[in-house]
Amino acid sequence: MSDKSNNHFAGKKAANDFFESPDFYVVDDLLTEEHLLIRASIRDFVKKEITPYVEQWCQDAYFPYDIVKKFGEIGAFGPTVPEQYGGGGLDYISYGLIMQEIERGDSGMRSTASVQGSLVMYPIYKFGSEEQRNKYLPKLASGEWLGCFGLTEPDHGSNPSGMLTNFKDMGDHYLLNGAKMWISNSPKADVAVVWAKNEEGRIHGLIVERGMEGFSTPETHNKWSLRASCTGELVFDNVKVPKENLLPNKSGLGAPLMCLDSARYGIAWGAIGAAMDCYDSARRYAAERIQFNKPIASFQLTQKKLSEMLTEITKAQLLNWKLGKMMDEGKATTAQISMAKRNSVHTALTIAREARQIHGGMGITGEYPIMRHMMNLESVITYEGTHDIHLLILGADITGIPAFS
Amino acid sequence: MKILVCITHVPDTTSRISFTNGDTEFDKSGVQYIIGPYDDYALARAVELKEQSGGTITVLNVGTAETEPTIRKALAIGADEAIRVNAEPTDSLFVANEIANVAKDAGYDLILMGRESIDFNGGMVHGMVGELLGLPSVSPVMTLDLDGDTAKMTREIEGGKETIEVKLPFVAGCQEPIAEWKIPNMRGIMSARTKPLNVVEPSSQAAATKLEKYEMPPAKGEVKMIDADNVEELVNLLKNEAKVI
Ligand SMILES: Cc1cc2nc3c(=O)[nH]c(=O)nc-3n(C[C@H](O)[C@H](O)[C@H](O)COP(=O)(O)OP(=O)(O)OC[C@H]3O[C@@H](n4cnc5c(N)ncnc54)[C@H](O)[C@@H]3O)c2cc1C
Repeated sequence: MSDKSNNHFAGKKAANDFFESPDFYVVDDLLTEEHLLIRASIRDFVKKEITPYVEQWCQDAYFPYDIVKKFGEIGAFGPTVPEQYGGGGLDYISYGLIMQEIERGDSGMRSTASVQGSLVMYPIYKFGSEEQRNKYLPKLASGEWLGCFGLTEPDHGSNPSGMLTNFKDMGDHYLLNGAKMWISNSPKADVAVVWAKNEEGRIHGLIVERGMEGFSTPETHNKWSLRASCTGELVFDNVKVPKENLLPNKSGLGAPLMCLDSARYGIAWGAIGAAMDCYDSARRYAAERIQFNKPIASFQLTQKKLSEMLTEITKAQLLNWKLGKMMDEGKATTAQISMAKRNSVHTALTIAREARQIHGGMGITGEYPIMRHMMNLESVITYEGTHDIHLLILGADITGIPAFS
Repeated sequence: MKILVCITHVPDTTSRISFTNGDTEFDKSGVQYIIGPYDDYALARAVELKEQSGGTITVLNVGTAETEPTIRKALAIGADEAIRVNAEPTDSLFVANEIANVAKDAGYDLILMGRESIDFNGGMVHGMVGELLGLPSVSPVMTLDLDGDTAKMTREIEGGKETIEVKLPFVAGCQEPIAEWKIPNMRGIMSARTKPLNVVEPSSQAAATKLEKYEMPPAKGEVKMIDADNVEELVNLLKNEAKVI
């Protein structure tokens, strides 16, 4: 590791992290003793491994690769994947709490974890062969390997069914061509789950490994958002993919959409983590900052902001919890997940903006986490289905009339 | 190697402390409980020793059923089994008696605990357990390494450190930097589900002390900042306001 990157660990520690999550409706009563231990453990992990450094990582647009191993050790990758494949064998409420706590630290860090768990391990577990599960899942769970998920293309974002990436059956292998864009983790990934069309135009998942000839992963620079997460392209120039790397057990657009359901569920919890951090910081700042000889918390306009933040966080906590129960029962629908993802991210972004105002000028600096969360959330509101696309999913569910095309 | 780690279940260091019932009871409402921070160091070192040379770790807590989440966390961190002596931990001698009672025929090679709890900060239990079991007891232990049946330890002493060697078995009260606190991982939390947590009833010892009343320490007075160059002002205030010189 270069000197420069070493500095990211030795550098100045951010102000002490006193974060406490609000729980106005005592939602903790709905959690088990084990859920509370999981949340406390991930919170401790985030306070130790992420919040002291993340401000600097983001300022420098630096992806801390070491975090991958650490996520593996703590068990943040694929917590719902069965233990026999290295996963946690935990329920969906646990998964939600893990995502909430990590995103409380930083949305980019949560992106790294949710891509690995929901978008790479999940499809290999759900749609993969037993050989594929055994080959990839334990190494992905432990953080020995980093994975990425390639669905979006330069000309096909909200409309992935129009994708151009394709593969041909060459007898003893497949020949893959095309390009993916906006792929989280891609520049450092060891494996990519790539969605591409076969000669009949049907979408399949393929596992592409780093080192395959014709496969490259150029990095996307100059992001103002998710700066501690690396993003890039996947370029396939006549890549020979072994036949055993095709995910055999599901095809069609439904397969990647199932992965997105799982990831969006995690985002619904995660974004509320970011919202809680903004609220917690704003509440403390308002109590301490004196103007006109009084704490700014004593002004009605500040109280209105704080009250509305807490109201929205509380509503989202209950929505997420109920969705988690439905996920555990296997009953959650795509539209229900859309509602929660959309609600949480919008809530978080609104809270970040209000919290930024409460912090006054300090709110734009790296002394407080607010501006970082706000910039991060601009990606979160766009990826995994944009804010508007989720409205259309709900609209189609309500009316039975899809308005996408 | 059989290691016993005794843990306390204590209010989080950031808890607001208040009393009820005419100041005769600690008000537990809204208080988060944690493994005593010094006990947590002892546990972390036990886990490391087990990783190095094998063996089993038993955690022991003298406490009522409400301490079980804290015990479960110790299992998630890496203990193999747990014992809860079902009693309110009223005073040091009572707790030490119960620990000694559990440990006396169990053949532990090491009995580790924190140098003190952080609720009453008595710092006496390790000494008493050593005495009751006829074992050496060392505290506060800053490092602990094993070499066969001998342990090499450093102890904090007034103004310095003391390096000592003790033959196993013995009792140690631990403090930092003996090990770094361990955060349970998700696999540990899963496996803690099925690890045994045995509840035993206390021996019939009665507590030797009775609690009369709790009192808060006096609130901190206001601080006046005086410029370092302004010695006259300081002398004036000490003489005429504080009336101490
Ligand atoms: C930081 C980051 C990381 C990402 N990581 C990944 C990843 O790991 N893997 C991956 O596959 N993708 C990833 N993405 C891609 C992301 O999922 C897409 O950006 C997203 O789906 C939107 O696609 P687009 O950017 O092409 O926008 P477009 O689809 O062009 O949308 C532009 C605007 O048009 C609106 N719009 C589009 N269609 C309609 C319609 N029918 N009706 C109304 N409005 C419409 C959208 O809501 C949006 O506001 C990532 C994106 C970012 C920013």
